[in-house]
Amino acid sequence: MGTGAHATQRRLVVVGNGMVSHKLLELLAARGAHDSWDVVAFGDERRPAYDRVHLSSFFDGGSADGLLLGDVDGATIHTGEEVVAVDRDRATVRTNLGREVRYDALVLATGSVPFVPPVPGKDAEGCFVYRTIDDLESIAAFAAGCRTGAVVGGGLLGLEAANALLQLGLETHVVEFAPRLMPVQVDDVGGAVLRRHVEALGVAIHTGCQTTQIVVGDRGQVSGMAFADGEQVEVDLVVFSAGIRPRDSLAAAAGLEIGERGGVVVDERCQTGDPRIFAIGECAHVAGRTWGLVAPGYQMARVVADRLCGGDATFGGSDLSTKLKLLGVEVASFGDAFGAGDEASEDVSFHDPIAGVYRRLVVDAASRQIIGGILVGDASQYDALASMARGDLSTPADIAPLAAPVGAAGAAAPMGVEALAGGASICSCNGITKDDICGAIATNELRDPGSVKKCTGAGTGCGGCMPMVTQLLGIELANAGIEVPNHLCEHFAYSRQDLFDLIRVESITSFAELLERHGQGLGCEICKPAVASILASTGNGYILDGEQAALQDTNDHFLANLQRDGTYSVVPRVPGGEITPDQLITLGQVAKDFGLYTKITGGQRIDLFGARVEQLPAIWGRLIDVGMESGHAYGKALRTVKSCVGRTWCRYGVQDSTGMAVQLELRYRGLRAPHKLKLAVSGCVRECAEAQGKDVGVIATEKGWNLFVAGNGGARPQHAVLFATDIDDEALVRYIDRFLMYYIRTADRLERTATWFNKLDGGLEQLRRVIVDDALGICDQLDAEMARHVDTYQCEWKATLESPERLARFRTFVNSDEPDPTIVFVSERGQPRPVREDERALL
Amino acid sequence: MTVTESSVWVDVCPLEAIVPERGVAALVDGAQVAVFRLRSDELLAIANCDPFSGAHVLSRGLVGSVGDRVTLASPIYKQRFDLRTGSCLDDDAVSVAVYEARIADGLVQLRAT
Ligand code: SRM
Ligand SMILES: Cc1cc2nc3c(=O)[nH]c(=O)nc-3n(C[C@H](O)[C@H](O)[C@H](O)COP(=O)(O)OP(=O)(O)OC[C@H]3O[C@@H](n4cnc5c(N)ncnc54)[C@H](O)[C@@H]3O)c2cc1C
Ligand code: SF4
Ligand code: FES
Repeated sequence: MGTGAHATQRRLVVVGNGMVSHKLLELLAARGAHDSWDVVAFGDERRPAYDRVHLSSFFDGGSADGLLLGDVDGATIHTGEEVVAVDRDRATVRTNLGREVRYDALVLATGSVPFVPPVPGKDAEGCFVYRTIDDLESIAAFAAGCRTGAVVGGGLLGLEAANALLQLGLETHVVEFAPRLMPVQVDDVGGAVLRRHVEALGVAIHTGCQTTQIVVGDRGQVSGMAFADGEQVEVDLVVFSAGIRPRDSLAAAAGLEIGERGGVVVDERCQTGDPRIFAIGECAHVAGRTWGLVAPGYQMARVVADRLCGGDATFGGSDLSTKLKLLGVEVASFGDAFGAGDEASEDVSFHDPIAGVYRRLVVDAASRQIIGGILVGDASQYDALASMARGDLSTPADIAPLAAPVGAAGAAAPMGVEALAGGASICSCNGITKDDICGAIATNELRDPGSVKKCTGAGTGCGGCMPMVTQLLGIELANAGIEVPNHLCEHFAYSRQDLFDLIRVESITSFAELLERHGQGLGCEICKPAVASILASTGNGYILDGEQAALQDTNDHFLANLQRDGTYSVVPRVPGGEITPDQLITLGQVAKDFGLYTKITGGQRIDLFGARVEQLPAIWGRLIDVGMESGHAYGKALRTVKSCVGRTWCRYGVQDSTGMAVQLELRYRGLRAPHKLKLAVSGCVRECAEAQGKDVGVIATEKGWNLFVAGNGGARPQHAVLFATDIDDEALVRYIDRFLMYYIRTADRLERTATWFNKLDGGLEQLRRVIVDDALGICDQLDAEMARHVDTYQCEWKATLESPERLARFRTFVNSDEPDPTIVFVSERGQPRPVREDERALL
Repeated sequence: MTVTESSVWVDVCPLEAIVPERGVAALVDGAQVAVFRLRSDELLAIANCDPFSGAHVLSRGLVGSVGDRVTLASPIYKQRFDLRTGSCLDDDAVSVAVYEARIADGLVQLRAT
């Protein structure tokens, strides 16, 4: 990244290489400032700048590398090197490695440090803060040996840290000194609503609670916490998240002015009392305060970049509006959220404690304009309301409907970005307006949100503006008469949902018919399986008869999962994980007779690997003889319903979770869907079946069942959301029927329920309205479709074995009975496995 | 089956043994060949070995089209091959051998090219 300095260049030294520093370097590069400035930055973290705002994604499958913000041209960046002193007389900085560098201009972008309250025991082993990737790595490593964890601080970052602890599998406590959660952003009612959501996830909340001591065990590690009211809890790990303090000691030591509550004091040019020294980001005290969000920091970076290039930009304060999804709960606060200090304001609010939704709008009494507000549980109207608070959009005369829930009678229709003025800010992180984005879409013929992001920079900060950007793109393209391609592929100019409706409404029963009426070309590996899945969901016949045989992926075509060497795996259904000794013995005997590798799967059943195509019918014949059936491991269909032993055996179980799991698995077996489906049933809150990570999760309560939906493990784990509590067996099955059928009807191809749910307009509320209140009037249809599925289910393997024609395909060569000579196994740990290429040469 | 030199047409199977728009694998002179039947009953054949995984499975892929090219998607990692030329649409550097195929007296016949 180094550059040779020219004689005419002056040197800019940047202290800190965090988000704001990075933005400054980027802006300078973009303006070609490197001809006049030789830029040198120091960061004391091991890594170059990364996306701290999305730090927590490290815990949901993200990696440290994925957070890096990327290289910038023309700047020399020294990582792992701390600036320890500034000598203003000589205009030099000195680092911990003894390096001394002269500067013509110096920018302090040192950010903040987490505040750790001075309680005894705070330095014990097992105490952490939550600020850097290194912090998160240490937390993850230490948590491996822990059962419980606590977060000190119930603010925005504290709840993020609590989510991380949950994801690490810890029983989690949150301790907040204030009487409510997120005291800075929400009011008492909002805090209570938020609390109920968070508690439903199993987090123990202690508000109005002061930590007086971290109890330290005999090996010097955390063992508990003591509170001012005398209470104690046992915990193995503590994360302090009790606020941040600007990192201003370097500036203080250099004699620069420091704000009363910390921060390097700068003027509207972001300049300190020393004209050669600037401060930006969280370490700066500007416009009367410090700013703990990334957007104002970026604004300061723009001011300094402009000044260094000879401009005259200024910083006059920033919008502190925030919208977040914390532990699956949407929370937003914007503008003058509390109507603080303004007697001339009034409140309009809406509170539904059952649905867990709270909205408060602060209205200026004189002008009747919305000036701020708080949203908890459903922030879908945030963009429009925040625009009103900023004055970019005028408030409608009738304000009450804005507070009512979306979709309710009398509620305002969601207000789109259409209504915004051209100069309205869309991306506040990067200061990009509606006009900027519309201009870029037209000039550069942008067609998808990704290219708008790349071209304009919108969405590259906190990412919170992307829904608006996407909406704006859709509107611009529609206005320009450009079709927005959500097409399945080049053969069908329709989305999966469109095709589903066409097939259902026109009673289409074959791919050829659909292609002839609505498509073109021959089809492909994308549309064929997608249509096959729709035909299976709507028609429910044997999936391999007639032309459907030509549509199925190889897994469905051979009713088995293709492996890397061309062999297949065999996975019989084990409903609820319950298996008889005889079935176990048969599985073992079959594996022995056919030389198969056996493994217990992550889905509570047994997989036999290494079967050649021509062996599959014989293997299945043996399994069906002992009452086993297809497990549909090969299909986009129900996989497993994981269970725990429940009340029958376990001393804590409160319902028969195994029985319910078996019942559900038998009900939904063979159900074809846009993607695979996984369910689980746990016998009590200990949640041994991990139901909250499943598409549908059921957890027993004293009174019945709690139903969770739209969870996901896999590549992007997502916590399921609580859909209904304490319901009986009958309601449970009815809601699951409808949930699954509604998903099957409306999801995109290869979209799991979690992804589908995240995109669903109106979110959880809307889902409840469709499934519980029948707001769309389709529940009868959904029920009937599921009833037909249940009535017509057949084991595909049984049906295959009964028909010589269907069996004909199970051979390796059409003109020879030889097996595939290239399939070769070697033995490892007493079982067969495919030969590796390097071994093949030796054989 | 009459196996002779590969320059000679070899009988493989009756046409009905191949479901329209799908393929089968055949052994021709020790070589594994994947033969596909289009809806028009045109036959197209390529080597059965998937160059990306090394598994002999191309006969089990899905037939489709990209513009007016007829394609086959590998069942393992989904790369697409032009069934007439053998070239891979997703990686210019890769291609598979193409075989000649025809129907004679209701029988599918293959010849190496
Ligand atoms: C066999 C098994 C691993 C094992 O040795 O234990 C397995 C094996 C495969 N998994 Fe899995 N998964 C297995 C449990 C899981 C689990 C755990 C669970 O179900 O509790 C998960 C995470 C939970 C979840 O899905 O939410 C899991 C998440 C995935 C994913 C990522 C899905 C996602 O939404 O991100 C894929 C990829 C995909 O489906 O697109 C995948 C795909 C696959 C495929 C089908 C990959 C492929 O196309 O070849 C593997 C082939 C199975 C075979 O040939 O038989 N497998 N897979 C497990 C079979 C369970 C069963 O009895 O059916
Ligand atoms: C978990 C988490 C979630 C967040 N979520 C949001 C959010 O949703 N929205 C939002 O707007 N903001 C959020 N923030 C805040 C946001 O990350 C910060 O506002 C932003 O990172 C500030 O940028 P900065 O460059 O000022 O400071 P930082 O990003 O902290 O960068 C300062 C860097 O300078 C280094 N440094 C300090 N002193 C020296 C020295 N003497 N020598 C060398 N290097 C030094 C530090 O180690 C650090 O790497 C979140 C923060 C965290 C921790
Ligand atoms: S979830 Fe509950 S009932 Fe089930 S095994 Fe665990 S503790 Fe026992
Ligand atoms: S508002 Fe944060 S990236 Fe656009």
